[in-house]
Amino acid sequence: MSADVIIKAEELTMRFGGLIAVSEFSAGIERGSIAGLIGPNGAGKTTCFNMITGFYKPTEGRVLLNGEDLTGRPPYEACKAGIARTFQNIRLFGNETVLENVMIGCHMRQKTGWLQAVLYLPSYVKEERAIRKRSMELLDVVGLADLASEKANSLPYGAQRRLEIARALATSPSFLLLDEPAAGMNPQETQELMTFIRDIRSRFDLTILLIEHDMKVVMGICEQIWVLDYGVTIAQGRPEEIQANPKVIEAYLGEEYVSHA
Amino acid sequence: MKTSTKISLNLAVTAALGLFLFWAQGSLDGYKIQILNLIAVNIILALSLNLIYGFTGMFSLGHAGFMAIGAYVCSILIMTPDQKEMLFILDAAYPWIQNAHAPFLVAVVAGGLTAAVAGYLIGVPLLRLGDDYLGIATLGFAEIVRVIANNIPRVTNGALGFKGIPDYANLWWNFGWCLVTFYVIVRIINSNTGNALKAIRDDEIAAKAMGINVFRYKLLSFSIGAFFAGVGGALLASLLTTIDPKMFLFTLTFNVLMIVVTGGLGSITGSIMAGVGITALLEWLRFVENPISLGSFELPGIPGMRMVVFSLALIFIILFRREGIMGMREFTWQGARNLLTGKRRAS
Ligand SMILES: Nc1ncnc2c1ncn2[C@@H]1O[C@H](COP(=O)(O)OP(=O)(O)OP(=O)(O)O)[C@@H](O)[C@H]1O
Ligand SMILES: [Mg+2]
Repeated sequence: MSADVIIKAEELTMRFGGLIAVSEFSAGIERGSIAGLIGPNGAGKTTCFNMITGFYKPTEGRVLLNGEDLTGRPPYEACKAGIARTFQNIRLFGNETVLENVMIGCHMRQKTGWLQAVLYLPSYVKEERAIRKRSMELLDVVGLADLASEKANSLPYGAQRRLEIARALATSPSFLLLDEPAAGMNPQETQELMTFIRDIRSRFDLTILLIEHDMKVVMGICEQIWVLDYGVTIAQGRPEEIQANPKVIEAYLGEEYVSHA
Repeated sequence: MKTSTKISLNLAVTAALGLFLFWAQGSLDGYKIQILNLIAVNIILALSLNLIYGFTGMFSLGHAGFMAIGAYVCSILIMTPDQKEMLFILDAAYPWIQNAHAPFLVAVVAGGLTAAVAGYLIGVPLLRLGDDYLGIATLGFAEIVRVIANNIPRVTNGALGFKGIPDYANLWWNFGWCLVTFYVIVRIINSNTGNALKAIRDDEIAAKAMGINVFRYKLLSFSIGAFFAGVGGALLASLLTTIDPKMFLFTLTFNVLMIVVTGGLGSITGSIMAGVGITALLEWLRFVENPISLGSFELPGIPGMRMVVFSLALIFIILFRREGIMGMREFTWQGARNLLTGKRRAS
């Protein structure tokens, strides 16, 4: 692969006791692309995300972002390096307002801290105001600006998903991981989500890796796909190649999918 | 509402508090003044525990330990060398303890700082523990502080403790420190750093994913909370003028916890309201412990009744209004105006 690869997973293996959740997962994702990670339930997709974002320390293998080895670094360092994520089962800061949720995403790159806040220094006031403004802009991007002062856990499901993405964008990532972003959405919302993902990719210069069970989304927006089954990578390629791959059809897509498609 | 309006209103309230204290100093009897002093100290303690538990979600039961540290450090510094020479009758104090002397302000700050350092040092190993363990471990810490205080007689005068600590902690000092605590904690809570603390409370995993160094921020919140607990202990020592290790039993932590839970975890307003209410009630309830005469009858007082009444009240709160008086809500000028003008919520 000679193209500009932003993130590289090298033979990532994750063992939980006797269970090998992921075995020798290798992937190189091109800068600016949208990639997909698919596979049946329990295949090890979320585990891959957790290794890349520092939540799990891989038993073996390495994670490289722009050539820098991030393996085994804690999540906050992965985030600082430019990796942001959302969660399969939404994890918002439920007692905080929608705006505060996004502001928390901005906190990592904030220069002034608690001492400046207590002393109420002009630099602090200025930076805090800038963060508020930027967070409102991000809420505007995801269409939640009107709900800025609502409590996060009072939002409807679809809005919570979008807020989680806005919050991830607030950390100024270069690589964004989305864990089942279309879960629980109706066809129309799913359609909007696809446009939205393409839109933020170009607007924020992102590279995106997403896990998704909805094949319309995966085949519609992903340029590269990796397929996991029982932790093993059984296929890799462009959407057409994946759809035609007999191993993938047998393990995951099923015969009906192919005849319907 | 404009910021300048809010600032004027805040200044007006501060001035009103000042006038009230001025009036209280001149017109109230010693007992009532003592209750006002206790209210100020209890609010300081409640705010500091609320920062740790209510806003950062760390269930800590170590407050009595931090208070003891603040109380001892401050007392040693404000008692004169001559006084200490008379006090340490069984074992003479170490010379550096004997000769240490500082003005009250410095002594209180030193008490707070020592407590903060202790908080930092125990925080490093303990804050990696899960919540239930943290509670037990901090409880253990407070107990260890007490046992140590009992066993280093050349520093603490052992089980005898200190008597005749100078009573500098008047209304002005106590409410002054109360305002400082309030100001610092409110500033932190309302800043984006405060948002990060609340993020840790709400969902630690998501906080990590947002790039927050969870451990570092827990340590920060814990140390600042310990600082003000130390300040509260220091003021209490000078207010009561006697301290000994027995004073810093778990019940002391329990009182503070009760105020925080009653007021509402994560509500500054709640801590202040409950700080006033519970301190006053605890004093008022003293009469149930005293004998009561009904005509020719004499009902004997029941010692410990106060705590029984309060424990029952706490159980009631936990059963029927778990979020406390205020929940996580706060008093704001905007909210007050909306209430007065009958407007429903306008940001
Ligand atoms: N922390 C853990 N401890 C033990 N086993 C784990 C842990 N995390 C994941 N596993 C196991 O690893 C396997 C892969 O789980 P993972 O969550 O990665 O699957 P997934 O592909 O995301 O599935 P789904 O589509 O259902 O989300 C499962 O068998 C799961 O039980
Ligand atoms: Mg999963």
